[in-house]
Amino acid sequence: MNDLSETGLILKVQGLGKHYPSFDLHDIDFDLPQGYIMGFIGPNGAGKTTTIKSILGLIRPDQGQVTLFASINPAAPPETPQSCLAKHSRIGVVMDRPLYNEDWTVRQIARVLAPFYPKWDDQKFQQYISRFALSPDKKLKELSRGMQVKLQLAVALSHHADLLILDEPTSGLDPVARDEICDLLCEFVSDPHKSVLFSTHITADLEKIADYLTFILNGRMVYSGSKDDLLEKYVRVAGGLDDLTPQQQALIIGYRAYSSGFEGMCLASHLQQLPRQLLTEPVTLDELIVYMHKGEAQHA
Amino acid sequence: MKIIISNRSDRPIYEQIKQQIRDAIFAGLLEAGDLLPSIRQLARDLQVSVITITRAYNDLEQEGFINNVQGKGCYVLPRNQELLREHARQKVEQGLGEAVDAAKAGGIPKAELMEMLDILCREEHYE
Repeated sequence: MNDLSETGLILKVQGLGKHYPSFDLHDIDFDLPQGYIMGFIGPNGAGKTTTIKSILGLIRPDQGQVTLFASINPAAPPETPQSCLAKHSRIGVVMDRPLYNEDWTVRQIARVLAPFYPKWDDQKFQQYISRFALSPDKKLKELSRGMQVKLQLAVALSHHADLLILDEPTSGLDPVARDEICDLLCEFVSDPHKSVLFSTHITADLEKIADYLTFILNGRMVYSGSKDDLLEKYVRVAGGLDDLTPQQQALIIGYRAYSSGFEGMCLASHLQQLPRQLLTEPVTLDELIVYMHKGEAQHA
Repeated sequence: MKIIISNRSDRPIYEQIKQQIRDAIFAGLLEAGDLLPSIRQLARDLQVSVITITRAYNDLEQEGFINNVQGKGCYVLPRNQELLREHARQKVEQGLGEAVDAAKAGGIPKAELMEMLDILCREEHYE
């Protein structure tokens, strides 16, 4: 096994699995290198939050392992509760809902959390809350959803974390707040030692800023790798109902026929087997997820 | 240097960036020895992924426009005459292609098209 610090991996997830009575997560495998943003995508209920909770140690996976910050070193001393805690203090977390007491004020939350982080930086926290226009005396329950996300971000960015893990930070936010968050993430990775794992179903947020994507569908991993490679691998196609032979139609992923035509996507490498009169264009992430989801249902 | 990106273009962002840097070099806005913004700085400014900028810079390096000095940054290389002419030829071809398409669509005969080109050249004193 390589020393991860040399390859610059900040997070390694290997063969992660978790069994629930109504849902199974299988073989989730991905690497997040230092200095990059990874988007974690898939429809609701695909297993994104389960994976994130396993990474954070909030639930215990049934299979596989999660390695944080380069310590998969056979020579390294075994993990102790202290070393585990020290590692987790290097992660900044933003969950769907804050895990703090909702009667606490912004100021109280900072006071309660600070001792858990050896590198807590109160000055930075003050800067972020004034940048986000968060008033220190407001109670958590009095904050809008956007403000709650910003408060969690302010905490996550105020203890010199090396890895930010965000679970649906932008869902339910307006475009202005979403843009601010994307801007902050770009700013965060302008330091080449820091990385972001960012789950979302609002793919517009990722289309530009994500370097890597991990895509899961129904508890299974469909893709993990560079975003550009994924988007260049497929092409959106549309055409008339009698443009395709049945063999050609089998190449279309997420085929949908309607009264005046069909649409779907295909592998870019299959394009030459299809008639030239079809409309072809680059696929967006949203389309990719929809077609993959449909394709999966059609094959099931 | 100006680099802007279109969010609605069919052309991938790395290509848009590449094209603009290349054009700036051809136009003389960037000269040999000029330092390009760092990959992470430009990614942060344009709000695009680090890989996107890395790809644009790598392509420009491979095509001989810039030189990536490890730990220092990317420098513009002296302009290559061969490349310059090739670039000009591409632009001319593109413009003439459009003219031919427009002439065809408008039913303008070839002779008249050639004549128009001749007049344009004369007006610009390009002999």
